[in-house]
Amino acid sequence: MTAPLLQVDDLHVRFPISGGGLFGTGRRMLHAVNGISFELAKGECLSIVGESGCGKSTTALSILGLQEPTEGTIRYRGQPLAGPGAPGRMQRAKAVQMVFQDPYASLNPRQSVRTSLAAPLKLHGVTAASEIEGRIEAMLKNVGLTPEQARRYPHEFSGGQRQRIGIARALILEPEIVVLDEPVSALDVSIRAQIINLLLDLQEKLGLSYIMISHDLSVVEHMSDRVLVMFFGEVVEEGGWRQIFETPTHPYTRRLIAAIPDPDAALNPGAAAFAADAPLPDGRRFVSDGSAAPDVFTPPVPSALTEIAPGHRVRLASTA
Amino acid sequence: MTAPLLDIRNLRLGVALGRSVHHPLLKDVTFQIMPGEAYGLVGESGSGKSITSLAVMGLLKKPLAVFGGEILFKGQNLLSLPKREMRRLRGNRIAMIFQEPMTALNPLSTVGRQIAEMFVLHQGKSWGEAEKLAVEALGNVRVPNPDRRAKNYPHQMSGGLRQRVMIAMALACNPDLLIADEPTTALDVTVQAEVLRLIKELCAARGTAVLFISHDLGVIASICQRVGVMYAGCLVEENETRALFENPRHAYTRGLLGALPRLGSRSAHGRQRLVDIDSIIADRSKLTETRFIAPRGAERGQP
Amino acid sequence: MRLGFNFWLGASLTALVILAGVLAPWIAPFDPVLDADLMSSELPPDATFWFGTDGQGRDVYTRILYGAQISLTVGIVSQVINSVIGITLGMTAGYWGGWWDDLVNGLTNVMLAIPSLIFALAVMAVLGPGLPSLLIALGLTNWSWTCRIARSSTLSLKSQGYVQAAQTLGYGDLRIMFTQILPNMMGPILVMATLGMGSAVLSEAALSFLGLGIQPPFPSWGSMLTDARQLIQLAPWVAIFPGLAIFLSVLGFNLLGDGLRDSLDPHMRTRKP
Repeated sequence: MTAPLLQVDDLHVRFPISGGGLFGTGRRMLHAVNGISFELAKGECLSIVGESGCGKSTTALSILGLQEPTEGTIRYRGQPLAGPGAPGRMQRAKAVQMVFQDPYASLNPRQSVRTSLAAPLKLHGVTAASEIEGRIEAMLKNVGLTPEQARRYPHEFSGGQRQRIGIARALILEPEIVVLDEPVSALDVSIRAQIINLLLDLQEKLGLSYIMISHDLSVVEHMSDRVLVMFFGEVVEEGGWRQIFETPTHPYTRRLIAAIPDPDAALNPGAAAFAADAPLPDGRRFVSDGSAAPDVFTPPVPSALTEIAPGHRVRLASTA
Repeated sequence: MTAPLLDIRNLRLGVALGRSVHHPLLKDVTFQIMPGEAYGLVGESGSGKSITSLAVMGLLKKPLAVFGGEILFKGQNLLSLPKREMRRLRGNRIAMIFQEPMTALNPLSTVGRQIAEMFVLHQGKSWGEAEKLAVEALGNVRVPNPDRRAKNYPHQMSGGLRQRVMIAMALACNPDLLIADEPTTALDVTVQAEVLRLIKELCAARGTAVLFISHDLGVIASICQRVGVMYAGCLVEENETRALFENPRHAYTRGLLGALPRLGSRSAHGRQRLVDIDSIIADRSKLTETRFIAPRGAERGQP
Repeated sequence: MRLGFNFWLGASLTALVILAGVLAPWIAPFDPVLDADLMSSELPPDATFWFGTDGQGRDVYTRILYGAQISLTVGIVSQVINSVIGITLGMTAGYWGGWWDDLVNGLTNVMLAIPSLIFALAVMAVLGPGLPSLLIALGLTNWSWTCRIARSSTLSLKSQGYVQAAQTLGYGDLRIMFTQILPNMMGPILVMATLGMGSAVLSEAALSFLGLGIQPPFPSWGSMLTDARQLIQLAPWVAIFPGLAIFLSVLGFNLLGDGLRDSLDPHMRTRKP
């Protein structure tokens, strides 16, 4: 087996929340991410799913270097990507890039497409005008735009086209890992399919590895190889897409799947029931049943992920 | 056959740019909602679905204006109704819930008082009595500890709870029609599932008809009996929900359904390429030329 | 972009002041300082002296044209200084946050608590009267609002996707501030600067009126008003015309600023579907 491309080990992110007291006496720590560990292989799409506040975006920001981890390590090809000994922005930029959720806010309205694609190239030492032009042209073709459109400004494009520009910008430095932050949830339904198809095509063509942050489980099922389910800062279940969608084990995972507004499930209620009826492993009970939110200001009770099938791990109660 | 509760006939509206020039946004939209029926309008941004609901509520702002057609509510044309009469209907007989409950709630007043106001305004109850009814209404939308929650301000509640408060306000006077404009789009999936179930159960129990507006076909399927698909200001297809999903007839509907990754389809059939709507529809401008409106009750005749 | 009547009125008045100042050496009939003639002092407006003459027999029209140069210099230079200070402090405070943000905020609040004219008076008292110290004094006093706007714009722009994207692409902090943030907040800053020009012209007039600004015999509208103080009953035109010039130019800057604000307001723009 090849070494993982990205290795996240025991990642913690805590934010101080200012309380009422003067001199910071009322400060509490918000535990946004609590000991997340995972690996990402070359060419793989790993999805991190969960609802708002579960820590999935904070995890992504840490990988991108936009959020300093409180504890833990993130390694890219064995080299630390965050924390002590981490490289600067310049080296990290060639390893990890991001596609943003909102195509309207993610492009600088004062920069033409060419400028926003050429500037990073120049910054990273590509100076020959012909090479810059060539790479921009090739990238625009890759994402389904024409080279003539490079002269235009973001407001001249539709939402789907803007998302294509956002993807082009993320790929222009040829990173190996791309973080997709809800890449289609802000788009119209008919445009979503085009962007999903494009992302899958690019993954295959360029050998990209994706980390997708999403709450839309239909898209996750369609795109992912492996899935991490996060609930209040912790991974509660982890496995291949088949394991997560066919034999979801943690109650929260089942709740998420059962909640998907899927037309087939809505019209044939029997078909969705499998999620609720999946058998529990013998003699085990779950730490949190997903109905009551734990207090995010107190550190969680340590509990371990247990492997219930090869590569399929779920958080179970420590035997009390 | 019973008379429809809401009967929209050839509704045309748009942006008035001058005395004679206008930019049409709705072109001859016609549909009916029966008493107690949940009707879904599905479409993408700019398709005109939200404007239709604003027209029913009489909340169109300039430069939007109606150019023709009728909106009959219990046989009464809302478009020719005096403003005072319309105001009496709004909130009382026709109620509305929005996508972002925070903007629709008054931040300076407790939620209990805002619900109570509905009873005072429309049913002439005293404040004391109305506040008791408000706590009851919060209980009906399954807000835990309703008597304590009634004293909360909107910012002290989560998005899901705020939407429940909106539903409690909307259903306070037992309206005949509830208009829900993307009410769950801003919510997390598990919260969305609960809010949808709540709307479905409460309206079914009270016999309230629902006009449900969403871009999400799954949400529409889980709540509505009949669905209208809107595209570029036209109702291009209308059918019973199951028939529409199982046998879409309009190219645009087929495109929309094919563009959606379906849960479980990868397990069953492997990863299939999603339908690119632009590849099956050569000319989008011709989409509104054909319409498929299935007659009511057509499905009931079949086994 | 649609620009309203106010904008065009403001732009015309501002253009008039600029033209007057720039063309003064060619269109002014006399010399503003040397053509003093006590024999023809305090003459009312007539065909030769359009705005009359002052106590020393100098043509008021000529002096107002030259005064426009000083008002413009004061307005533009002081606002450039203000904007540079305000943008630098506000943008870095908003972007970096932390103790630097606290420090800049404290400084801004202190500046806002001191009446700006009093502060300018104190600076002038230290530096002595004259145009350069006037420019410094006015440039140092009015940056706090610009700073606040720059800081709040930066805070909101910082969370935009394209700023985060620039960070992931390896841009340094300063590069992000200058290429991603600054161009997107120039609208409100420009409005502030234009409105500030009006108040700088007023402050210059006030300081010159108090004798701390432009020193006689050089014509500034404020110092012309000072001179006119004793003559206001005998020769009201000596006070009326500089007063009118101040009024119209300040009105011009303010209308221009308001017009710019309206046209840059995102709600006035239509998003392309």
